[in-house]
Amino acid sequence: MHSKKPFYILVALLFISGIAASVYRGIEHSVPFLPGKQVQSWAVDAKVSFQGTGEPAEVSFSLPEDPAYEILVENATSPGYGLTITDNAIDRRAIWSIRRAVGIQDLYYKVTLIPTGQDKLIADKTPDTPAVYKWPATEQAAAEQAIEEVWSKSATNLSFAQQLNKDLNANERSQNIELLLTSNSPNKLFIRMLHSKGIPAKEVSGLYLEDQRRRQQLSNFVEVYNDGQWHLFNAEDGSQGRPDNLLLWDRSGTSVLDVIGGVNSQVNFSMLQDTRSALATAIDVMKNDNALDFSLYQLPLEEQSLFKGILLIPIGVLMVVFLRVLIGIKTSGTFMPVLIALAFIQTTLITGLVGFLLIVSFGLMIRSYLSELNLLLISRISAVIIVVIGIIGLFTLLSYKFGLSEGLTITFFPMIILAWTIERMSILWEEEGPKEVVVQGGGSLFVATLAYLAMSATWVQHWVFNFLGIHLVILALVLLMGQYTGYRLLELKRFRPLAGEK
Amino acid sequence: MFLASPSVLKRNGVLGMNKRNIDYIGRYNPRKYYKRVDDKLTTKQLALANNIAVPDLIGTVSEQHGIADIPAMVNDTDGFVIKPSKGSGGKGILVVTKVEHGRYYKPNGQEVTPSEVYRHVSNVLSGLFSLGGKPDVAIVEGLIQFDPVFDGYSYEGVPDIRLIIFKGFPIMGMLRLSTAASDGKANLHQGAVGVGIDIATGKGLHAVQFDQPVDYHPDTQKKLISIAVPQWDTLLHTASMAYEMSELGYLGTDMVLDKNKGPLLLELNARPGLAIQIANGRGILPNLRHVENMGNHNMTVEERVAYAKIHFSANS
Repeated sequence: MHSKKPFYILVALLFISGIAASVYRGIEHSVPFLPGKQVQSWAVDAKVSFQGTGEPAEVSFSLPEDPAYEILVENATSPGYGLTITDNAIDRRAIWSIRRAVGIQDLYYKVTLIPTGQDKLIADKTPDTPAVYKWPATEQAAAEQAIEEVWSKSATNLSFAQQLNKDLNANERSQNIELLLTSNSPNKLFIRMLHSKGIPAKEVSGLYLEDQRRRQQLSNFVEVYNDGQWHLFNAEDGSQGRPDNLLLWDRSGTSVLDVIGGVNSQVNFSMLQDTRSALATAIDVMKNDNALDFSLYQLPLEEQSLFKGILLIPIGVLMVVFLRVLIGIKTSGTFMPVLIALAFIQTTLITGLVGFLLIVSFGLMIRSYLSELNLLLISRISAVIIVVIGIIGLFTLLSYKFGLSEGLTITFFPMIILAWTIERMSILWEEEGPKEVVVQGGGSLFVATLAYLAMSATWVQHWVFNFLGIHLVILALVLLMGQYTGYRLLELKRFRPLAGEK
Repeated sequence: MFLASPSVLKRNGVLGMNKRNIDYIGRYNPRKYYKRVDDKLTTKQLALANNIAVPDLIGTVSEQHGIADIPAMVNDTDGFVIKPSKGSGGKGILVVTKVEHGRYYKPNGQEVTPSEVYRHVSNVLSGLFSLGGKPDVAIVEGLIQFDPVFDGYSYEGVPDIRLIIFKGFPIMGMLRLSTAASDGKANLHQGAVGVGIDIATGKGLHAVQFDQPVDYHPDTQKKLISIAVPQWDTLLHTASMAYEMSELGYLGTDMVLDKNKGPLLLELNARPGLAIQIANGRGILPNLRHVENMGNHNMTVEERVAYAKIHFSANS
């Protein structure tokens, strides 16, 4: 006998990779673990307006780039303008251009964003040491003194920035700071003082997201680099860190809007909060990222719905293996209950059970006449198939006449399977009597019902289609049960006489 | 208590279906030898080649048009049995115990019309009783003149003796007696009585019907465990020889006692059921393990039977 180790390693591998693939799907692609989950999304409209001077105009507008938000859809409208979206190392920009712009010009940029939950600003690479700002002669002494004072009280770039921000916003500022603030805005002063110590810092702009707000403006913040990460400060009000509803619009440190050939340019934002299905959102995101390769989502919808049905079969099969190997229930035909359960999914349970019993009992009656005729087996079963089709047609018509729309779904039953069931039940009836027919037929229907209940649960349907890794787990379980040498549950009852003695 | 505790069953050496399938059938019965037992015609031919006694072969029918020859085959006999060559679980067996002027009668005295016989054979040929519905061959056998020693122990049917042969050793035995409830059939799940038989002596140990212990035959009221199977040694020998013949490690042999010819091999089973444990009132695993622990042996049939009588008796 060969070692079972490779087998258990295989099962463990299947199990782990199945779980890992599912968890990866859920976390990396944000596919929700539960069906019907909703996510918040934000629709932001930016309206760029300026007054054309009759000259060729070029508008360069910075586009949002924030790890905390993912862009689902974006588009720009501007009749008559040429539009390019550039994506360089520093930032993403929309560039509108036109030969001649006269009068008030409105350009629109719309974007739909979903939160990613990633609110840290990780730096891809260490930024260059900034050029030291050259203070005007009048300010230099005050600036150096103020900087040294804070520097001595700090340990890291971050604590230096925190301390500095505190001093800039203290109730009683030092005279040096007061002097410097007369000619510098707080944010600018903050950056310049950081740069004096060679600490990378830049001014960025962000937008506060509030539902149904219009004509909003960008607010300025300062990003300070420390240890692989950018930290957000607001020297205007002394706050530190990222507000919950802030969307960082421009992180390049350059201007948000540049207009050549126009005057009085400005940009206004309006926004709207929306809820949408988390699953649809995740699929849209994957589509944007070209992450759909080798995924069922890229199939046409018709094939997708076909696969939704096919991928339920492993659940039914797992149910049958479980009920037969661990419980010990007898069914007529190994996987017939799965096929019946698939039909139940189309018909719903009660209609399906009633329809099944009707067809089989009618079929048995007709089959008992056929057995009088001494037919060959093949032609007898063929006759039963044709009769089953007739019965289905009759019931469909009758239920239509009586206005029972449920009856119309009876056509979903697999007819050849039904014919074989009728044939088997009929033989069983002749050989072992009606009791055995009820026992075996009941067992099959019981297993089919359990398989149906498992297969029709919405979260099961959600999992088998969206987390394909789950099928590896099912495979592992089926393999594992195939090695089970313990007693079946019903054997504990059957062998009860053997446990009482001794 | 409604359910037995698995640990108690395990301690009592009860073999379960899953363990039987994986650890015994799967391990000791090579797939390629299955046709030797699944096809009764092959079993019969093999048995004849190995000098094992089997019921008389009157003829076979393998084509639908061959059905017409049946009256010619059977009209001179006292009775006959038609069975599918690839049938299982006793399905599709037609027993005619009386032939009178071309009219056939079942054991219960009911007449079977020739057209019913034809239909039955036609069903057999179409594969109605074979595994997977494959086309089959009908075997027509001579009737067994069963030994009167079982008179009063069986109702309408032939009592048969099931032995489990593991690697050539007979390790557990049972006598199956039909009842009114089982409609003359010898299948325990249909209500036949199973009597556990001591391997050493051929005497009854313990009897069950529908998995419940019984002391008396439900129809004839004869005391069951006082039964003793005659020619027990010959039976053990014949069954044990089936190991060499079939090359299957885990085997069920079904035999009957004929008044004139002694023990006849009816059929072999590569997947014998587990009811024999209930009939014996004990688990089969200790005996199976005993043989497994012996490793490879080079014992003859006689040595194996002698060994089994010492080690696998219920009183040992």
